[in-house]
Amino acid sequence: MSEAPRFSEEQVRRYARHIILPGIGGEGQARLLESKVLCIGAGGLGSPVAMYLAAAGVGTLGVLDFDRVDESNLQRQIIHSTADVGRPKVESAADRLRAINPTIEIVPYDTVLTSENAFEVLEPWDVVVDGTDNFPVRYLVNDATQFLGKPLVYGSIYQWDGQATVFMPGQDAPCYRCLFPQPPPPGTVPSCAEGGVFGVLPGIVGCIQATEAVKLVTGKGDPLIGRLLIFDALQMDFQTVRVRWDADCPVCGKEPSITELIDYEAFCGLAPGQAPPEAEHGAPTP
Amino acid sequence: MARVKLPTILRSRADGQAQVEARGETLRELLADLEVQFPGITTTIVTEDGALHRFVNVYVNDEDVRYLGSLETAVGDSDTVSILPAVAGGARSPRPGVAPARTDRTL
Repeated sequence: MSEAPRFSEEQVRRYARHIILPGIGGEGQARLLESKVLCIGAGGLGSPVAMYLAAAGVGTLGVLDFDRVDESNLQRQIIHSTADVGRPKVESAADRLRAINPTIEIVPYDTVLTSENAFEVLEPWDVVVDGTDNFPVRYLVNDATQFLGKPLVYGSIYQWDGQATVFMPGQDAPCYRCLFPQPPPPGTVPSCAEGGVFGVLPGIVGCIQATEAVKLVTGKGDPLIGRLLIFDALQMDFQTVRVRWDADCPVCGKEPSITELIDYEAFCGLAPGQAPPEAEHGAPTP
Repeated sequence: MARVKLPTILRSRADGQAQVEARGETLRELLADLEVQFPGITTTIVTEDGALHRFVNVYVNDEDVRYLGSLETAVGDSDTVSILPAVAGGARSPRPGVAPARTDRTL
């Protein structure tokens, strides 16, 4: 690290406001350009996450989503345009990200994250950002990142409420299971499709996730490790609570009882194949 | 009377209020008072056996009561109790055996 970071003239122009910014500077910008960040989900949370990380010059930016753009997404998933309805989300997102910053590498994954492919998909990345919308995948992403030792930037929303934190494996720091040991039983928590979601909310929570991802990559500031940010858009209230590492956690505790990826549908009380095939392919709402 | 901050999902059970007041020296007493004021509101917080659910966190000020005294955690008049349900943007199957009426798998 003795050699001063070097940028092309275009990079100096593009990243000038970061390079002169105390806290990022040339060194921080060089780290961003060398970094690999995977955004799981190209939806409400993934939109601002991926767009800001692309703009910031994250050198390799992965986007994973299996879904296609639906008209009902456009109220909040600002990475997609009206003309993109019906296209695979990762294609639509990749086009938008390349338009924002053609100098970085975009890696699209048009797939469902499963216990079978999670290690292969997550392994190459420095930081993983969780923008998914269901409990099985959230526990899967948590466990896989814990096993791989990857930092996970968590964000979640419902109606007018948002949550964000950072799970950092291997430092007696909490994971998602320390925060919520069990998922709610099916039927107790309505989905965003049923309960609605305020369109700006994922923008705010996603921007917090993007901020934390940049801080993790550049090593600057005090990340949201062991702290959960709770946001209430209706009251415009930000609150931070402590998240403690659970020594009895089955994944990151002292004597883990879960040491490999499991059946997360079963863990969340869903029978295998319970979600109908059309839901898997993003069929339009009747 | 301690302040109790309610998440959006519970406000419909409390006449739409974001914040209410409840009386009690312990969390158990405070939740009992809350239940008297707003019948049904604590069913998502405590189990039928009277224990705390593991997918809803309760904080006294900024501390998770699981690491204090659980339902026996002392609550003072100046304390703020926050209730935080796990949210994922939507569980995939809202009701067992019923196809979820949703298209967007990511938020």
